[in-house]
Amino acid sequence: MAKGPRYYGRDDLELPQIDKRLVYIGIAAILGIWLIFSSVYTVNADEVGVVQRFGRYTVTTQPGLHFKIPFGVESVKKVKVQRNLKAEFGFRTRAAGVRTQYASGNYASESLMLTGDLNSAIVEWIVQYRIKNPVQFLFRVRNVENTLRNVSEAVMRLKVGDHSVDEVIIINRQEIAIDVKDNIQQLLDEYETGIDVVTVNLQDVNPPKPVQPAFNSVNEAKQERERIINEALQAYNKAIPQAEGQAEQTIRQAEGYAINRVNRAKGDAEKFLAVLQEYNRAKNVTRRRLYIETMSAILPKINEIYIVDEGQQGLVPLLQLQKSGKEGQR
Amino acid sequence: MKVAQIGTAVIIFLVLLVASGAFYTLDETEQAIILQFGEPVGQPVKDAGLHFKVPFIQDVTTFEKRIIEWDGDANQISTEDKRYIWVNTFARWRIHDPLKFYQTVNNENNAQSRLDDIIDGVTRDIITKNKLIEVVRDSSRTMMAIGEDEEITIPITNINPIQQGRTAIRKMILARASETVPQYGIELIDVQIKHIDYIEEVRMKVYDRMIAERTRIAEKYRSEGQGERAKIDGDREKRLQEIVSEAYRKAQQIIGQADAEATKIYADSFGRDPEFYSFIQTLESYRQTMNANSTMILKTDSDYLKYLKKTANR
Repeated sequence: MAKGPRYYGRDDLELPQIDKRLVYIGIAAILGIWLIFSSVYTVNADEVGVVQRFGRYTVTTQPGLHFKIPFGVESVKKVKVQRNLKAEFGFRTRAAGVRTQYASGNYASESLMLTGDLNSAIVEWIVQYRIKNPVQFLFRVRNVENTLRNVSEAVMRLKVGDHSVDEVIIINRQEIAIDVKDNIQQLLDEYETGIDVVTVNLQDVNPPKPVQPAFNSVNEAKQERERIINEALQAYNKAIPQAEGQAEQTIRQAEGYAINRVNRAKGDAEKFLAVLQEYNRAKNVTRRRLYIETMSAILPKINEIYIVDEGQQGLVPLLQLQKSGKEGQR
Repeated sequence: MKVAQIGTAVIIFLVLLVASGAFYTLDETEQAIILQFGEPVGQPVKDAGLHFKVPFIQDVTTFEKRIIEWDGDANQISTEDKRYIWVNTFARWRIHDPLKFYQTVNNENNAQSRLDDIIDGVTRDIITKNKLIEVVRDSSRTMMAIGEDEEITIPITNINPIQQGRTAIRKMILARASETVPQYGIELIDVQIKHIDYIEEVRMKVYDRMIAERTRIAEKYRSEGQGERAKIDGDREKRLQEIVSEAYRKAQQIIGQADAEATKIYADSFGRDPEFYSFIQTLESYRQTMNANSTMILKTDSDYLKYLKKTANR
C-alpha cells in the first residue's frame, strides 16, 4: 500500500488533504491585509504627510486619514510642523520643569566670544524654531539641526563682534537679539532649510569669569561711594540743627538777661524817683530821717563801737567800758 | 483559465524585470550616475522618481543631492598685526556635477578632506593679510560704553574704522575657494566664520586689561566718594562755626544794648539829683558793709551822737 509518502513510525497518519482553493484564499487574504495596511495612513493634528511616489515628491497631505498606493510605490514621511523646537547655546537644560536644571558642563567654547572693542564676553542664548516648509526641510539640506546650530553661532558671534562689551551685556541686548534672529532667518532661507525662526532670546550675558570680580567691584565701589556720601550728609543733618538750637538758646539767654537788666534798672530808677519826689517836698526832714534809719539799722549789728569826744587827741586812752562789761557778762 | 495564466505570467515577468534591475528609484535627496561595465555613461540623473536602465550591464551609483555640511577644525592663524587667534569656519556645499565628482574625488570622505585643504588654506591666506579688528568687526558703527556716571553712554573713540569687516572677508574666502572646487563637481554654497578666539596667552592679557580698566573705574568711584565726604564735612564745620559765632555776636549785641539802656535809665534818674543819689546810695552801702566784724569809732559831734550832749535845736 505505498500510495502516500513513507513515514517512519506511524503507518496510519496521512497528510491532511488541503483544498487548493483554501490555499489561494489564504494567500489572497494575506495579500489583502498587507494591501490595507500599506495603503492607509493617518496624519496627526500636529503633522503633515509628505508623499513620495517612487521617491519623487508628489503632494503634502493634511491631518486625517489618507490612502496611498501600496507595495512600496508610494511612501509617506510625517513632519511635525506645529511643534516649537528649542536650541540652546552656552548651556544645556538637563531637565525642564518648574525649576530647570542646567547642565554643569563647560560650554565655554559656545559662549565665550570676542566683542567689537576686543574684549570678551560670555553669551548664553536660545533659538526657538519650527518647521515651516516640510518639503524643503526634508529634501534640501542634509543635516538641518546642525546647520541651524552652526548658523546661529556664526551670526551671534558676528553681531557680538560688532558691539562693545557694555553694549552686549546691557545697552543693546534687545537690538542684538532681533538682529541675530533676522540674520539667522535670512541665511536659513538662503539654504532652503524650511525653518522658521520664532525667536532668539539672550539669556545670561556676562563678562568672562576671571574678570567678573573686577566688574562686580565697580558696582560695589559705586555703592560704597553712595554710602560714604550718605553718612556724611547724615552727620551734617544731625549737627547743624543741633547747633542752630544751641544758637537760639544763647540768644534767648541774652535776651533774658537784657530784659532782666533793663527791668531792674527801671525798677531801681522808679524807686529812686519816688523817693526823690518825696525828698523834694521836705529835703532836710527826709535826709535826717533816712540817716537816722540807717544808723538804727547798722549800729546793733556792730560789736565794737567807740565813742570819742571831739576834743580828744588820739585814741590811746580808750574807754574799756564796753569791753570789760562784755567780759564781766561772760 | 487562460486569464489566470496570462496574469501570472505578467506578474512573473514584472518580478523578473524588477529583480534584474531594469528599474530603479531615486529619492528626492538623491542623484545618480549610470555606470556601464564600471565606466560612466550618459548624463547624471537628477530627477527623483522611477527610472529605467539596462539590466545586468548597467549599475546605478547614487550621490547626495542635498546641501552637505562641512565643519572645519579650529586653526591658529596670525593676523596682519601679529595677533594670534583661533579661527573656526564651516561651509555648506553641494555635489553639482556627480559625474565629475565621481571621477575626481569619488566619495564624500575624499571630498571632505579636499575641502579641508582648500578652505583652510584660503582662510589662512586671507586672514593673515588683514588686521584683527577687520576680522572681528563687521561695520564701522560707533560703539558705546557705559560712562562712568552709569546713566550715560559714551562713544568709544580709540577704535579705528574698518575697511573690510567680517562679512566682506568671509565673502572673499567663499569667492576664492569657489574658484577651485568646480573641478571636483562641487558647488560651494557658503562659507561662514563660526568662531574667533584669542589664543590662551593673549586671552589672559585681554583679561588683565579688562580687569585693570574696571579696577580703575572702581577706584575712581571710591575716591569720588571720599572727596565728596570731605567736602560735606568741611561744609558742616564751616556752618557750625558760622552758627556759633553768629549767635555769640547777636547775644553780645543784645547784652550790650541792654547794658547801655540800663545805664541810660540810671543816669536819667539818678542824674536828676546826683547829690541826693550819692547820699542815699552811701547810706545803703553802710547797711551792706557794716556787720558784726566791723569796728566803728564815732565822734560825739557827729550828727547821730550830737544829741547825747544836748538837745538844743541846731
